[in-house]
Amino acid sequence: MKNRLLWPLLALVALLLLNLAVTPSFFALRMQDGHLYGGLVDVLKNGAPTLLIALGMTLVIATRGIDLSVGAVAAIAGAVTCVHIGTSGSAGTAFAGMAIALVLCAVLGLWNGFLVAGLGIQPIIATLVLMTAGRGVAMLVTEGQIVTVNNTAYRQVGAGFVVLPISILIALLVLGLVAFATRRTALGMLIEAVGVNPEASRLAGVRSRTIIWTVYVFAAVCAGIAGLMISSNVSAADANNAGLWIEMDAILAVVIGGTSLAGGRYSLTGTLLGALIIQTLTTTVYTIGVAPEVTLVFKAVVVIVVCLVQAPKARAALSFRKVAVSS
Amino acid sequence: MLKKITTVASVVLLSALTACGSGGGGSTGSSTPGGTTTMGFAQVGAESGWRTANTKSIQDEAKAAGIDLKFSDAQQKQENQIKAIRSYIQQKVSVIAFSPVVETGWDTVLLEAKRANIPVILTDRSIDSDDTSLYKTFLGSDFVEEGRKAGDWLVANASGPTNVVELQGTTGAAPANDRKKGFEEKIASKPDIKVVASQTGDFTRSGGKQVMEAFLKSQPKIDVVYAHNDDMGLGAIEAIKAAGKVPGKDIKIITVDAVKDGMQALANGEINYIVECNPLLGKQLMDLAKKVVAGEQVPERVVTEEGTFTQEQAKAVLPQRQY
Repeated sequence: MKNRLLWPLLALVALLLLNLAVTPSFFALRMQDGHLYGGLVDVLKNGAPTLLIALGMTLVIATRGIDLSVGAVAAIAGAVTCVHIGTSGSAGTAFAGMAIALVLCAVLGLWNGFLVAGLGIQPIIATLVLMTAGRGVAMLVTEGQIVTVNNTAYRQVGAGFVVLPISILIALLVLGLVAFATRRTALGMLIEAVGVNPEASRLAGVRSRTIIWTVYVFAAVCAGIAGLMISSNVSAADANNAGLWIEMDAILAVVIGGTSLAGGRYSLTGTLLGALIIQTLTTTVYTIGVAPEVTLVFKAVVVIVVCLVQAPKARAALSFRKVAVSS
Repeated sequence: MLKKITTVASVVLLSALTACGSGGGGSTGSSTPGGTTTMGFAQVGAESGWRTANTKSIQDEAKAAGIDLKFSDAQQKQENQIKAIRSYIQQKVSVIAFSPVVETGWDTVLLEAKRANIPVILTDRSIDSDDTSLYKTFLGSDFVEEGRKAGDWLVANASGPTNVVELQGTTGAAPANDRKKGFEEKIASKPDIKVVASQTGDFTRSGGKQVMEAFLKSQPKIDVVYAHNDDMGLGAIEAIKAAGKVPGKDIKIITVDAVKDGMQALANGEINYIVECNPLLGKQLMDLAKKVVAGEQVPERVVTEEGTFTQEQAKAVLPQRQY
């Protein structure tokens, strides 16, 4: 397990060093208006939504599922909250709006769970429904407009700081809770059992359906919180663009972290590393000035290299060569 | 059992198809009476405040001009637009207008319109086709000119060495390419002005903010932000504030579009200059449509009337802005 995390960790370090080489001040941190300010802080702040969604995705993928609807759910959460807040500046309204949004997200998660666990529809198809329809719902809520709010309390979720960005603190808190709930209790093992063979685990007394249902609700709530961060970061809800393609980033983060898409085993630390790699990659593109026309190629090359060095065959070849050289 | 279901399904499908056919035929017969002009308009969608204002302007002006408007919303999908245009051809409208969601893939459906002798007007966005006889005219903004206006203002207002960072629109989109080109054309006359970094912010606030955050760390000195739309500029304002600088003073901001939130920021002094990209082209469109239907010659390219706004002008016009 440790060995598997080595390669993503090396990739992350390599990316950070590349930034350092191009921009010597990249690691520079200073206090600005009572909070930390610097390139690394940006990576953490902007990576928080991806990390949260990837956490939910990790558990879904561990049960051999996938959730494509997270981006749309994120857009809905931001839209509902901003519309609820409207022109109000009070903290109470902001918290009420966020609570309504998260409850709604949980309901959307229940819907996904119902399609997958209740009706037995393939996860990729079941969640595709909400991926397509969800953005329409968000558009309906905002009436196609970008809803701008001016609410100090709401701003804190995505743009606020308690020395560190509040968004990454929330994401790490959720990571801690998940790690505790799944690794300190039997829940993690049960999730993996469902991923290996749902039918066998059901016969062995595991409540497969309930577990599958739970992970989809959890993924949707994570997506909801991420949506709040994305929208709060710019104090506006953009139903069209908020969380667009973030499901792909999240799946990529999970895969880079060494979790198998075939289900049955997962790594939370790996997902954390994966999400950080993806955000660092984006920041790197901006910092070292990769031309927008070749940005996607640059990203693709990095992702391919990271995936290649993780592939068992490629690693076997690499270690074989090392042995050959040393002998 | 399964066979039975398939049979039922195919019967239902068949009857639905014939219903569609007869429905189309019926409306063809009914829309012939002369006198009133009918326009079929296939809108891209309702993706932004800009677009909503665009739609409203077209609907209002059609009513004012006495043109019977058939309106459809394609929800950003080309196939929906093509479907809408086909149905307009079937209904034999007098003129078809649409904002193409993408630049290519229109030849077949526009050829059908041409064969049915229905003139086509493009609005807001152009198409990429070798056959210019497929449409009568293209009414829309000149994005290169918008870039030039932004460049002109900077050349007139910059003193000494000026470092510019550029927030580009979606890579490959016509407004992004053209606004970049026009701006570069103008600032080339003043070697003091340099674009030190340029990245895409995908026309969104989040994108603008993230790119600006990175620029603020990687660029030692930034004097001016040139954003290809208001939303990215608004995102940049947030990033500049978080860096402890004052937007509009420490770092000057130029944007394009002039949507409400952008104009508000301009009036508040956080943006310095906005080049308008006018969505209110309804009146010009209706005038053109009448001419085209009457068989008069119209220019192949009609540019929408657009202005620019300084902070003082923004304060004055803000109360009457429609979008």
